[in-house]
Amino acid sequence: MSNYRFQGATGEWEVVIGLEVHAQVVSQAKLFSGAATAFGAEPNTQVSLVDAAMPGMLPVPNKECIRQAVRTGLAINAEINRWSRFDRKNYFYADLPQGYQISQLYHPLVGEGYLDIDADEKAGIAEAKRIGIERIHVEQDAGKLMHDQHPTRSYVDLNRSGVALMEIVSRPDMNSPAEAGAYLRKLRSILRYVGSCDGNMEEGSMRADVNVSVRRPGDEFGTRTETKNVNSVRFVMQAIEHEAQRQVDVIEAGGKVVQETRLFNPDTGTTRSMRSKEDAHDYRYFPDPDLLPLELTEAFVEDCRASLPELPDAKRNRYVETLGISAYNADVLTAEVETARWFEALLAEGAEAKQASNWVMSELFGALNRLGKSIEDCPVSPPQAAELLKLVSDGTLSGSLAKQVFEKMLETGDGAGVIVEREGLKQTSDTGAIEAVIADVLAKNPGQLEQYRSGKDALFGFFVGQTMKAMGGKANPQVVNELLKKALS
Amino acid sequence: MSVDSATVRKIASLARIAVSDAQVEAMVPELNNILGWIEQLGEVDTSSVAPMTAVIPNTLRLRDDAVTDGDVRDAVLKNAPQAEHGFFAVPKVIE
Repeated sequence: MSNYRFQGATGEWEVVIGLEVHAQVVSQAKLFSGAATAFGAEPNTQVSLVDAAMPGMLPVPNKECIRQAVRTGLAINAEINRWSRFDRKNYFYADLPQGYQISQLYHPLVGEGYLDIDADEKAGIAEAKRIGIERIHVEQDAGKLMHDQHPTRSYVDLNRSGVALMEIVSRPDMNSPAEAGAYLRKLRSILRYVGSCDGNMEEGSMRADVNVSVRRPGDEFGTRTETKNVNSVRFVMQAIEHEAQRQVDVIEAGGKVVQETRLFNPDTGTTRSMRSKEDAHDYRYFPDPDLLPLELTEAFVEDCRASLPELPDAKRNRYVETLGISAYNADVLTAEVETARWFEALLAEGAEAKQASNWVMSELFGALNRLGKSIEDCPVSPPQAAELLKLVSDGTLSGSLAKQVFEKMLETGDGAGVIVEREGLKQTSDTGAIEAVIADVLAKNPGQLEQYRSGKDALFGFFVGQTMKAMGGKANPQVVNELLKKALS
Repeated sequence: MSVDSATVRKIASLARIAVSDAQVEAMVPELNNILGWIEQLGEVDTSSVAPMTAVIPNTLRLRDDAVTDGDVRDAVLKNAPQAEHGFFAVPKVIE
């Protein structure tokens, strides 16, 4: 149980959160038509007569969309319903030409499952927690409305109309904005590993309806509100924070929370009532007579199962237990599927796991951060990085030389070996040369030498630094340490 | 099951069908007749019969994931009362 509490004027409140995540399925064509799904096309160019709901058009489901939803279900440990059915959800809106959305109310494709969120002290999540997922159903997306193009008209683009969505409905198992954020990030990570949704919240391929209610700790559930279409993890957390505060204020002022649909305003971080949808909840669902029930064979489900990659939790455990990588590094390296892929490509080139994980976490991420690049457009390839790491492990390069070489690799795109040769950046273990420099350093710093000899041991590092500096960072630090100890004793 | 005039008005409004008071008055007994007739089906004991989901013994056919349609904007917009710049143009609907 979360110990997150919302402080009201009259005492503490517990927040109860459930999320309905709409995840756009990765597919070439739409759920019920052969029109394309690519983002950003000219308006209404990716619309078939089926999507425009012309009379007499019949929907035929896209097998890939079903397959991806089943794979997603298996990845969240859910039961896959061998028999499911499509229903019509009836409402009128300008972005919905059919006058109904084909969805699955009564018999969803995917039943009960779960995912685990990890403890995160910093975010106030004291311990790992299992979040129940009630169901995943498959449905059509609506079109897009644009309100700012004309003073009195709204423009309708149906390119998105009919694109397949998975609606992933959680149990009301979250009790703080942080837990909701962790759930969304974990879900996004799983979807991207599975490849069923690109998880791109800015382009709207993943958005959440946020259900929030408050209650006195241990009480029955309070009345909930649903804030629609929130499109980032941060906004979801803000919406929860704001909704909880608003509901607590209403109740503490003697009022009652009204069950309603609300809209989130990202500019102010607040929510407001969406009055127009008041009787929209009367959807008059009924089985779609254009579609037979969807029946899956065992072979189909088993194929889906066999096609699943190693998922983030399993991968992280393997990194820690088999590869000996620290838990923190393993968390970061496995959170995004692209990072894990890059890292594993590096290992496949022969890099040692621990060394490679530390290098990726500090040097590579540092560089990508600085360059404002993601790992997908990393200027250095895994084989190039493996070459660099090999030069470190065989003693050719010291840590600080490796940093210099890496910088040159980023600048020039050349390989590490080539750069070492060209720039003469090889580490030296030539004791004669190092001893000469040490003698020089000691001669130039008589004051420090005096202090060191009278017991100020911390100055040892000063001499190491001076020696390395005088040698342009090319001296083998271990040799420097040994020779310095000898010279100072 | 039966409906009253308020229910008829609500259903009509959900379906975006305009009905006059006179039409509502005429429709209430008409709908109740139909409902009563349908309700006779409830007299048959179906407790041991699985619900029928389709009248034909077929299974749902699934398509391959290939782009085979679309790129017919003119045809799509042809019947629109108003279209501008490749969009349908509708009376402003904003929250």
